[in-house]
Amino acid sequence: MSIRERLSGNEAAAIAMKQINPDVVAAFPITPSTEIPQYFSTFVSNGTVDTEFVAVESEHSAMSACIGAESAGGRAMTATSANGLSLMWEMIYIASSLRLPIVMSLVNRAVSGPLNIHCDHSDAMGVRDSGWIQLFSETNQEAYDNLIMAHQIAEHKDVLLPLMVCQDGFITSHSIENIELIEDDKVKEFVGKYKPEHYLLNDKEPIAVGPLDLQAYLFEHKKQQADAMRNAKKVILEVAEKFEKMTGRKYGFFEEYKLEDADIAIVCMNSTAGTAKATCDKLREQGIKAGVLKVRVFRPFPAEEIAKALSKLKAIAVLDKADSLNGAGGALFEDVTSAMFISKVQIPTINYVYGIGGRDTTVQDLEKVYNDLTQIVKTGDIQNPYRYLGVRGEN
Amino acid sequence: MKDLIEIRWHGRGGQGAKTASLLLADAAFNTGKYIQGFPEYGPERMGAPITAYNRIGNKPITVHSNIYEPDFVVVVDDTLLEAVNVTAGLKEDGAIIINTTKDDEYLKSKLNNYKGSIYKIDARSISEEALGKYFPNTPMLASIVAISQIMSKEDFLKDMVASFKHKFAKKPEVIEGNMKALEMAWDQIIKVV
Repeated sequence: MSIRERLSGNEAAAIAMKQINPDVVAAFPITPSTEIPQYFSTFVSNGTVDTEFVAVESEHSAMSACIGAESAGGRAMTATSANGLSLMWEMIYIASSLRLPIVMSLVNRAVSGPLNIHCDHSDAMGVRDSGWIQLFSETNQEAYDNLIMAHQIAEHKDVLLPLMVCQDGFITSHSIENIELIEDDKVKEFVGKYKPEHYLLNDKEPIAVGPLDLQAYLFEHKKQQADAMRNAKKVILEVAEKFEKMTGRKYGFFEEYKLEDADIAIVCMNSTAGTAKATCDKLREQGIKAGVLKVRVFRPFPAEEIAKALSKLKAIAVLDKADSLNGAGGALFEDVTSAMFISKVQIPTINYVYGIGGRDTTVQDLEKVYNDLTQIVKTGDIQNPYRYLGVRGEN
Repeated sequence: MKDLIEIRWHGRGGQGAKTASLLLADAAFNTGKYIQGFPEYGPERMGAPITAYNRIGNKPITVHSNIYEPDFVVVVDDTLLEAVNVTAGLKEDGAIIINTTKDDEYLKSKLNNYKGSIYKIDARSISEEALGKYFPNTPMLASIVAISQIMSKEDFLKDMVASFKHKFAKKPEVIEGNMKALEMAWDQIIKVV
């Protein structure tokens, strides 16, 4: 029997880490993820876990310590947000190119400047091409479940890539909500022991980690990283299936909510998907066939699968909680529309940049998006595909 | 109780409005409800106006936004009536409860002729008598549970003993006073007419 609890998203992440009991956690506090290492350090002090907690002096060092620990043959975890992730930037790429399956809890927050502590996805989008697997979480439950699944995905021999579990800063990280926890022993069994094939502390196989890699080899190594990211798709589904057997909770690349017979749909990530579901329910009562596609796995990007899932719709809105500032669309929009183009799915699709810097997104806001889609279906006229939702001076 | 009730708390930094919203979520959770309890984080300072929220439902809650049309509003500090539009969006079949000793005419004038129920409670006297200090959040917690009828007095008090034992594990001497504050508050709510 699972354990019925009520926890904030940060508490849920810290408890997942406690149950995983990694060898090393290295972290530096930054809002809104601060509570995760804070709670975790109490587990260390109380002897609930036997993790080596490294209280580093910066996020650059946090990621460096994780890289050292993981190279040595240990399991390493960290947590951060926004500018903390920015400061890790150099080491983020090194972690993935050294093929170290470090797991991070990323509590999404706007990257400065000007200074803002609230949620958007600019931090995660900044590292979308860094070779990390990125899982997004609608709720505290999903943030917890994704962390429990993380090591099984990241450490798989066909993958060996670092993985970050994203959740919305404050919106889920600081909101107390219901959650079903898994018993400690079940998590322990599920996560298993980390048995790296090559590691620094293996005295029978002396190796060097991270030496010079010039014209002769770097390209092949990058290709291997790309292959590993493709392989991750299969592994993510296998781990999800195992997880479903244990908990009854089903996970895929994305969640389709009332999409089956829908005419119009919103594509989005994290907590906004929940608000979109509530909006959907409201519109369905009025006979409007609305649906939601919530992307869980953003890296690797499940391009073919998303294109197929969207292929029967009449109009689509892709919501980006980060502006790519590129004069065109947000990152999710570009990935979704490119996937549709390659799969020859020709459906009117528009982009909304929304929720920047913690701007609240309500059912009323999303109703407006669905209304815009209904108009597009009626007239066949997209007008401007690059739109903003909830910004002053626009709508 | 309706299938979903939404509550907005107005307080000042340091008065425990956030803690009260989390305790309310706890209590409702313990009676089997689906809950959300979250503050609206701003640049918090001691004394600055703060807002916190609760959703309490019989079914899973998926909405993740602030609450703009609450069923109930709790005002932990009556000086906020001069600074914040506390009835903004408050449903007309809902209610507001204010920690105050001000007269009814003053309250009505500050609430934009709000048509729903208005309640007041002297959380200061209750807190000072029960706890010997001014912690308005404990009496306000009892008052909103009583008015919203989320649970019975017996269930609430039974549950809160357990919550306080957990919360005040390191200072058990304050549990009795807090329980007394809850009981007193439940019976000292005055309807403004």
